[in-house]
Amino acid sequence: MNETPSDNIIQRMRARLWPNGLPRDDRGRMRLVVNNLILHIHPAKVSMRAMRWTYTWGLGGLAAMLLVLLGSTGILLEINYTPSAPQAYLNILELRSNVWFGELIRNVHHWSANLLVVVTVLHLLRVFFTGAYRPPRETNWLIGVGMLLLVLGGNFTGYLLPWDQLAFWAITVGTSVLTYVPLIGDALGRLLLGGPEVSGATLLNFYSLHISFIPLAIFGLMSFHFWRIRKDGGLTNPRGVDETEKVKLERVTTIPHLVRRELVYALVWLAAILVWAMLVPAPLEGIANPDLSPNPAKAPWYFLGLQELLLHFHPLVGAIIIPAAFFIGLALLPFYDVAAENVGVYFRSHRGRSLTVLATGLSLVSTPLWVALDEFVLHWADWLPAWPSLVSNGLVPLAVVALGLILMDEWVKDSFKATVEERVLFLFTFLFVAIFILTIIGIFFRGPGMSLYWPWAMPVVSH
Amino acid sequence: MSQTPIPESENVSRRDFLKVIWAGLGGAALLEVGGVFLAYLQPRLAEGEFGSIISVGAVDDFPPGSVTHITNGRFHLARLPDGGFLALYHRCTHLGCTVPWDQAEGRFVCPCHNSQFEVDGEVLNPPAPRPLDIFPITIENGQISVDTGRPVTRQHSDPSQVVYA
Repeated sequence: MNETPSDNIIQRMRARLWPNGLPRDDRGRMRLVVNNLILHIHPAKVSMRAMRWTYTWGLGGLAAMLLVLLGSTGILLEINYTPSAPQAYLNILELRSNVWFGELIRNVHHWSANLLVVVTVLHLLRVFFTGAYRPPRETNWLIGVGMLLLVLGGNFTGYLLPWDQLAFWAITVGTSVLTYVPLIGDALGRLLLGGPEVSGATLLNFYSLHISFIPLAIFGLMSFHFWRIRKDGGLTNPRGVDETEKVKLERVTTIPHLVRRELVYALVWLAAILVWAMLVPAPLEGIANPDLSPNPAKAPWYFLGLQELLLHFHPLVGAIIIPAAFFIGLALLPFYDVAAENVGVYFRSHRGRSLTVLATGLSLVSTPLWVALDEFVLHWADWLPAWPSLVSNGLVPLAVVALGLILMDEWVKDSFKATVEERVLFLFTFLFVAIFILTIIGIFFRGPGMSLYWPWAMPVVSH
Repeated sequence: MSQTPIPESENVSRRDFLKVIWAGLGGAALLEVGGVFLAYLQPRLAEGEFGSIISVGAVDDFPPGSVTHITNGRFHLARLPDGGFLALYHRCTHLGCTVPWDQAEGRFVCPCHNSQFEVDGEVLNPPAPRPLDIFPITIENGQISVDTGRPVTRQHSDPSQVVYA
């Protein structure tokens, strides 16, 4: 018998599958990064400076980690779920009371999904405020905007699946917006809902979208997104306002410097999400009842800014024109704001920083003021009774708001001698803070009949 | 007189011709796939449920000036004081909430955004942009049936929409 170690099947497998073993030097570490399917999304060496965590805040990586977490908990949830009404709701009750760790898995899925919306938006803000979408990174910005829409779509379709009152009416209100799309709105709504209103057919449609189309599309775009980062020369490097761009930057091997940071960051977030999911249960109300709308009926929280717009504009303007304009503007940003300098500088310049603060302050004051004015003082439809409500309650107030924005932009241009990139910064900041405020008002200040209340004086709602 | 040369573009080469044919065939295939896709996704209807023709009962079961909610048909059967019938889809024309009849107020009041409608569905209070949708009513031998297949949208309430026994 001639037994050498290479004859042992375990050792033979190891020699074939992992010929180099653990790397012992930088060369080996770099080769491992290049030759490994998952690790090769990173370059072999990274700039020490781009890893400064107060620059990226690790938001893109966190979003990717949340997607993995959502995928794995999602598969577990599928095993205990039937996409039919009313069985779906009974499954959720069963999951909470009769399945080992069922409640925990559901909570992790629910909170990760909500966190993903926040993290995706913060990631977008980081990229915007550091100018990291400028040439040659326009394509990746577009992919990112696409993924933001998919993340919202994934959240929205998942929202219906528990089939409780909250789910049913949030989706009813959310999808009714579609019927205001000119010409094809009704057909589009019927197609998505599988009928004229939310029903068992809708549940099945949303389930299919939620577990196959949307995850696949996100996975495809995410791979594309990672690939483009490498193609575009890696992350942008952070710089101080007055710092000139350094030609030579210190570079270190990805293993261990970047990978170790990523693992620690992921682990800390995982722990935080687990603790949160153990302490705060995902909401679940009574079983869906199509005959009884709760008062108030609110869309999911990330659409409450949109729902707030609906209270002030004709639905065609509030739900279609304004959001479409916003997303088209978002997609066009890197093709408009093309200055190649200041990439990596938070808020562009000294003047940019002042303008960001100014825009935030102005928006913080004027948005609630406008909401209150429109609620209590401005009655467009009553003042212009001869005109259709699309004009009196839609286009006229839209024109007033647009005029306000144009005047503000002119003022910034004249008084601050702002450049194009600084004006873009000002307007984007103003609009983003406005959306944020509208969302806050929608979540905390709207009560029964969608009237305004102070959060501490909110009447108790019965369902 | 100078001779004008024949422009080259008037000569379609075999290659260009085939290119156009292939592009046309590809486009047709894409349209067909799209058509199949859309047709496949059309809503499915179940007999005897919402979406089909629903028998409501006899004319005399509903006194004039009353509003009755027909749960499985998703509509309110309103009998106006003059004896005429309207089947009003209970879905708010604003954002789709279910609108209950408020007997004390004598009007429909939507709990979601406080849209209000008269007994014939006409808007009393926005944000609803148009009156409640209606379903076609047929009355035969004193029996009322309502076709819930497709709601009829209307910009204004009109006496011609009311059905009499």
